[in-house]
Amino acid sequence: MERKSLLFSIFLHAAALLLALVILAPLVWLFIMSIAPAADLAAKPLKWWPSTVDLSRYASLLTRAENSAGAAFTASLVNSILVAGMASIAAILLAIPAGWAVSRTPSIGWSLVLVIGTYMLPPVALAVPLYMALAHFGMLNSVFGLALVYLTILAPFTTWLMKSGFDGIPREIEAAAMIDGAGLFQTLRIVTLPLALPVIATSALFAFLLAWDEFFYALLFTSDQRAKTLTVAIADLAGGRVSDYGLIAAAGVLAALPPVLVGLLMQRALISGLTNGGVKG
Amino acid sequence: MLKSLKVTLATAAALGAFIASPAFAETKINALFMAQAAYSEADVRAMTDAFTKANPDISVNLEFVPYEGLHDKTVLAQGSGSGYDVVLFDVIWPAEYATNNVLVDVSSKITPEMKEGVLPGAWTTVQYDGKSYGMPWILDTKYLFYNKEILGKAGIANPPKTWDELKEQAKIIQDKGLLKTPIAWSWSQAEAAICDYATLVSAYKGDFLKDGKVAFTEGGALDALNYMVDSYKSGLTNPNSKEFLEEDVRKVFQNGDAAFALNWTYMYNMANDPKDSKVAGKVGVVPAPGVDGKSEVSAVNGSMGLGITTASKHPDEAWKYITFMTSQATQNQYAKLSLPIWTSSYEDPAVTKGQEELIKAAKLGLAAMYPRPTTPKYQEMSTALQQAIQEALLGQSSPEDALKAAADNSGL
Amino acid sequence: MSSTWLTTRAWLLMLPLLAVMIAVIGWPMIDTVRLSFTDAKLVGTEGHFVGLDNYVKMLTGNNFQRALVNTLWFSVISVTAEMVIGVLAALLLNQEFYGRTVLRALMILPWALPTIVNATLWRLIYNPEYGALNAALTQLGLISEYRSWLGEPGLAMAALIVADCWKNFPLVALIALAALQAVPRDVISASLVDGASAWNRFRYVTLPYLAGPLMVALVLRTIEAFKVFDIVWVMTRGGPANSTRTLSILVYQEAFSFQRAGSGASLALIVTLIVTLLAVAYGALVRRTAGSAA
Repeated sequence: MERKSLLFSIFLHAAALLLALVILAPLVWLFIMSIAPAADLAAKPLKWWPSTVDLSRYASLLTRAENSAGAAFTASLVNSILVAGMASIAAILLAIPAGWAVSRTPSIGWSLVLVIGTYMLPPVALAVPLYMALAHFGMLNSVFGLALVYLTILAPFTTWLMKSGFDGIPREIEAAAMIDGAGLFQTLRIVTLPLALPVIATSALFAFLLAWDEFFYALLFTSDQRAKTLTVAIADLAGGRVSDYGLIAAAGVLAALPPVLVGLLMQRALISGLTNGGVKG
Repeated sequence: MLKSLKVTLATAAALGAFIASPAFAETKINALFMAQAAYSEADVRAMTDAFTKANPDISVNLEFVPYEGLHDKTVLAQGSGSGYDVVLFDVIWPAEYATNNVLVDVSSKITPEMKEGVLPGAWTTVQYDGKSYGMPWILDTKYLFYNKEILGKAGIANPPKTWDELKEQAKIIQDKGLLKTPIAWSWSQAEAAICDYATLVSAYKGDFLKDGKVAFTEGGALDALNYMVDSYKSGLTNPNSKEFLEEDVRKVFQNGDAAFALNWTYMYNMANDPKDSKVAGKVGVVPAPGVDGKSEVSAVNGSMGLGITTASKHPDEAWKYITFMTSQATQNQYAKLSLPIWTSSYEDPAVTKGQEELIKAAKLGLAAMYPRPTTPKYQEMSTALQQAIQEALLGQSSPEDALKAAADNSGL
Repeated sequence: MSSTWLTTRAWLLMLPLLAVMIAVIGWPMIDTVRLSFTDAKLVGTEGHFVGLDNYVKMLTGNNFQRALVNTLWFSVISVTAEMVIGVLAALLLNQEFYGRTVLRALMILPWALPTIVNATLWRLIYNPEYGALNAALTQLGLISEYRSWLGEPGLAMAALIVADCWKNFPLVALIALAALQAVPRDVISASLVDGASAWNRFRYVTLPYLAGPLMVALVLRTIEAFKVFDIVWVMTRGGPANSTRTLSILVYQEAFSFQRAGSGASLALIVTLIVTLLAVAYGALVRRTAGSAA
């Protein structure tokens, strides 16, 4: 390694400090807003450090008392988990056979290109017919309907990730199992899938994060507690009659917790999943 | 033996059915409300609790969205087989809702007592083409709120009676260094801006439409926009007004950062609540001012009604709920953030107590309520006008050109 | 096993995915095309065939043109900024300094924050009366008066771009960092021995390794930026004076607020066409960089 001058080292640390500040400041502020007393947040000049810690917003958001604002929020939390969970599982179930097929049979690769190409379609181009179809089948304002719609986003993405994952598993291992007399599904189950488990897990996580983040379809296709997801609930909260910005911030913190934890714990897997797919896709 | 067993079984079954009946007979209805001005979410929840206690066979799911989402949510939910049964709608929507068959015509359900007891102005909220599409619920207009303490410090004895006086008084407050920008409005690119604009249009005796044709490009409607632009450019208006909604105005006002603010009824008691407000006890309210030689006061009809959607499978239960929510007893009990639709309530001490000033302003303001135009294409017209107002405020085009462009864009 | 059987088997395995894709994407797409030639309303009337009327009306109206310009502006600036800042951050993180591991872990946070939460957070920060930005800049003495960040046309767009950039540049940085770490050590040492300047080392040694992954990030980010809806919806709803109304917001208004499914569909297809052209152009570019890098 090159020997660094002191000046360069100081510059490096200063730049790193700046980067850390840029990344952290908004996040820390979000958290502070969520626990600062309302009066501090409306003070001029602004009070940066809360005078006391106020956890009442979290309590009021997480209460399950019937017919309360908290019940509405927790219901949306549950809906988000249900929709994202169902959609991710369905996407993975579709992606595993498809990804494997494309990986092992390059001659049909063009079909995957077509599927991935749908990623660039703007949701607004599908929204009207999807709306009418969901209405026709009585699936508007339903977690199942929304999860189905989310497949438009999740399935192409997970298939792409799975395909690049299978690419990294040598065919020879499968061939060896086949020679030993194992059938296709047996081979996949005993040999390939265990090896692909990390990729499957990464893909599922990605799918979950994508679904957790989705807003546009949820805004259009859900109307109340029975299906409304967290993103819509937060947008409603932010646009409505909330004189206390801390409440909005607390809702944001709660909605951000799951993906942030996943991100922190799984960073390596997520990034390698993306870059592998990127390089080879 | 066999027979008696049968009897026993039948009795048991009947008994079981009887015991279980409340659960089986329970009807669930879904209602859509807004989380913005007027009744608070807590009020609506409390009223609904009272309703379900009185009607244990009906349960009500409540949904609250920002005003900005209310129209779209209502329309979008129509496609869903299990959408809302009861929806809150703004005075500007019955035309569109009636044309697109969103709301049930309830003219036949309205009793003579309702007809007599409710203020005539309130009825216009729910009517289109001679039919009623619901019950009025929120009777509201924009009032001029002022901070008594700041006016006192500036040596101003009486709040403004005309819009020109408002300008003069704001100038005094600014010159004395009490506030940099004394007036707060809700001029965000949203319906809120149209409500402020319509208030001024009513003061200048302008017209939005005449015989179904656009008329807002001239006369009083042009004067109204000129006033807004003038007030903005003079620096008397808080420049952030152009990104404010009603809630932002309230926040600024109750933080003591505005001397004057145009807002709905609900701000009176909220800004007077010491728990949340720094100006509690100093809140003054008068009808929005008039224009010399043209009007004494001005007011926009910002009322809202409750209606039954055509998609509802339980229109009878929905109507029961609506009549409860709009009943005089319920409205009198929750008369702090929104005033009742019932004429006699305004003489009831239980309603007026502690908010005599608001009631006094309401009597004048509600009588002067000016309608925004009734047209099925209201949303488009409003969107075009919002853009015009903002372009004029930002100096991107003159008020005249902006309104002309809006006329072209209005879809009318 | 014959190759026809292998191909048939592959198709059979693809079948569930393809069936679902046709149901939730293929069919709606075709139906959007059909709708775009009618005057259908969202609820109620089926509509009649009106030929190209919707397209003519949308393309000639100044609403579309302004929204297109807004969208291009948003996409070009935010994606460029994300790329540049992302690569710079990656180069920094590839150096050795105290706390590098922690900083690298923190980078994932903005990306993990849900888009809606990010938009809400920045709207609070930009709040003209009680927001943190005005307070911070005033207390630092950088501005003398509070400003209306989301109330002035140019500023509002810039504010949106900053919020979008903050969320998305870390991902670019992490992708670039992964690529940087794939650059073999001996290649770097060799270039050092040759005495190449820092810029030349970056240009001729490092950049070829970065090009592939960065191109993918660029394509994805551009497509996403072009479809932007959430952040605008929460922060400005297209205001002030429609200066931040993007194409997606415009389509939403047309199809859902005004309930004109027909013209909304035509507008959506115009947007789709533009995104497709973008993607195809990028695709060609990706193949070229991939060719030159190899």
